[in-house]
Amino acid sequence: MSSSAAKSTALRKRRVLPGLGLSLGYSLTVVTLLLLIPLAACFAKAATLTPSQFWAAAWSERAQAAYFVTFICSFVAAIIDTFLGLILAWVLVRYDFYGKRFIDSLIDLPFALPTAVAGLVYANLYTKNGWFGQWLVPWGIEVSFTRLGIIVVLVFVGLPFVVRTVQPLLETLDNDLEDASELLGATRWQTLSMVIFPAIQPALLTGFALTFARAIGEFGSVVFISGNKQYKTEIAPFLIVSRLEEYAYAEATAVAVVLIVISLILLLIINGLERWNRRYD
Amino acid sequence: MTEPAARGFSRSREPAWVKWLLIGAVYLIVTVLIVVPVVQVFCIAFSAGIEMFIQKALVDHDSRHAMWMTFWVTLISVTINIFFGVALAWAVARFKFPGRTLLISMVDLPFAISPVAVGLMFMLLFGRQGFFGGWLDEWGIEIVFSTPGLILATTFVTLPFIARELIPVMEAIGPDEELAAITLGASGWQMFWMITIPNIRWALLYGIILCTARAMGEFGAVSVLSGKIAGLTETMPLRIDKLFNEHDEQGAFAIAAILTLFSLITLAAKALMEHWVLASIKKPDADEL
Repeated sequence: MSSSAAKSTALRKRRVLPGLGLSLGYSLTVVTLLLLIPLAACFAKAATLTPSQFWAAAWSERAQAAYFVTFICSFVAAIIDTFLGLILAWVLVRYDFYGKRFIDSLIDLPFALPTAVAGLVYANLYTKNGWFGQWLVPWGIEVSFTRLGIIVVLVFVGLPFVVRTVQPLLETLDNDLEDASELLGATRWQTLSMVIFPAIQPALLTGFALTFARAIGEFGSVVFISGNKQYKTEIAPFLIVSRLEEYAYAEATAVAVVLIVISLILLLIINGLERWNRRYD
Repeated sequence: MTEPAARGFSRSREPAWVKWLLIGAVYLIVTVLIVVPVVQVFCIAFSAGIEMFIQKALVDHDSRHAMWMTFWVTLISVTINIFFGVALAWAVARFKFPGRTLLISMVDLPFAISPVAVGLMFMLLFGRQGFFGGWLDEWGIEIVFSTPGLILATTFVTLPFIARELIPVMEAIGPDEELAAITLGASGWQMFWMITIPNIRWALLYGIILCTARAMGEFGAVSVLSGKIAGLTETMPLRIDKLFNEHDEQGAFAIAAILTLFSLITLAAKALMEHWVLASIKKPDADEL
C-alpha cells in the first residue's frame, strides 16, 4: 500500500517522512482557531464603525495622550535598555569576574517573573517610604505614579532582550579582526567603533525593536506603578481596559486596532532585521 | 579553539580601569534592577512572621483558590502548547510547503500583540454582545468571565514559546536519523517516539519551562477576560492586583513571594539544563580527541 501511495504523485515521492498532513493540519487548525479568528474578530468589529466614528474613538484627546505616554516611555526605556544591554553583554562575554554565571542567569528574571509581581515590587520600592524612594523622594525625584515610574518598570521588563540578541554575536566575533585592526595601527577606540560596533549594530537594533515592541504592549507591570491618571500616566492598553469596563466595546476595539497595527509593523521590521543579521550565514 | 594564553591576551584589550568600571556597572545594574526587588518581595512577605505568611497565602480561601486556578490554567494551556509546538515544528522543520515562512512569522504574533488586545479579541468573539455570544448563551456555555476564557487567553499568549524552541533544534538536527528509521521499516509513530522525541527532549523541556513561567504570570489578557470574581475566576497575578487595590500589602506580597519563588526555580532549571546540554555536547569531542 505504501508503495502505491509513493507512486501516486511526484510530490509524495520526495516526501519519505510521514506526518505532514497530520502535523500541518493540526497546527493550522490551532493557528486559525486561536490566532486568526480572534484577530479577524477585532478587525471585523472595527469595521462596523464608520470612518468618522473610528477616528473619534481611536484619536480622541484622551487616546492621543495615552499613545503619547505609551510611545515616549517605551522609546526611552528601549534606549536605556540598549545601553544597559550592551554593557551587560560585553562584560559577560569579554571579562571573567566573580559571580559571572549567576549574573548571566539572573538577567532572564524579567522573562520569568510575572509582570504583576514586578509592578507590585517596583511600586513599593519607589514610594516615599520604599527602599529606593526614601533616598529619591527628598531630592524631588518622584518615581511612583509618574511617567518616570513607567519608564523604570519598562526598563526592567525589557532588560533581557538586548543582552540576549547581542551576546551570541559578540561570542562568535572573530578575534582575528581585532588583531588585524590593532596591528594596522588602529587605536582601541577606532577598533571599537569601526570594527566591533558595525558587526553588532544589527543585533543592537533588533534588541532595541524587541524591547520597544514589548514595552508598547506591556500592561501588568505598568498599572501598579503608574497610577493610571488620564492625560498623565495612562497608557494605551489601560485605556482599552477602562473602555471595556464602560462596555464601550467599539471604542476599545478602535484603540486596540491602532496598537495591533503598530505591533504588526514592528514585527515586520524585527523580522527584516533578523534576516539582515543572518545575511552572512 | 586557540590556546588559552592567546585568548587571554586578545580578550582583555581595555585598560584595567575600564574593565573594572564596566564590571562594577554590571553589578550595579543587576543589583538595582533585579536583586533588590527580589529580596524586597521576600522581606515584605515575611515581615510579619511566617504564620502571617501562611495565613495570607495558604489559609485564605480566595488566595488558595487563585493558586488552584493558576495551576489548572497553566497545566491545560502548556499541554495544548506541547502538542501544537511539536506538530508545528515537525511540519515546518521537515517539509517545504507554500506559506511556510508566513506560518512561522504568524506564530510570533502573540509576542507582538498587547495581551490586553488579546483579551479584547476573545471578548468580541465570546462575550455577551460578541459574535458567538448569543449562540453560546443558548447552549449555556460560558467562556468569558469563566475558566475556558482564561485558558484560551493564556494559550494565545504562550503559543510561540515551545514552537520557537523546537523549530531551530529540529532544523539543526536534520532529518537523516528519521529517514534511516523509515527506510529500515519503522512506522511513523515508532520513528516519532524513538528518534524524534529523544532528539528534541532538551529543547522541549526548555520550551515547557519557559512556557510554564509565562503562563503562570499572564496578567493583561486574563484580567480582561476573568471578570475578577474572587474565589471563582481569579488567578494568582489577578489576586495580587485585587489585594494591592484593597491595600492588603501582606496578602499581595505573600502571593508575589510564591510566584517569585517559582520564577527563581525556573531560572535555576534553565541554568542547569544549559549546563547539562553543554556538557553532553562537549563529551563526544573529548572522546574523539
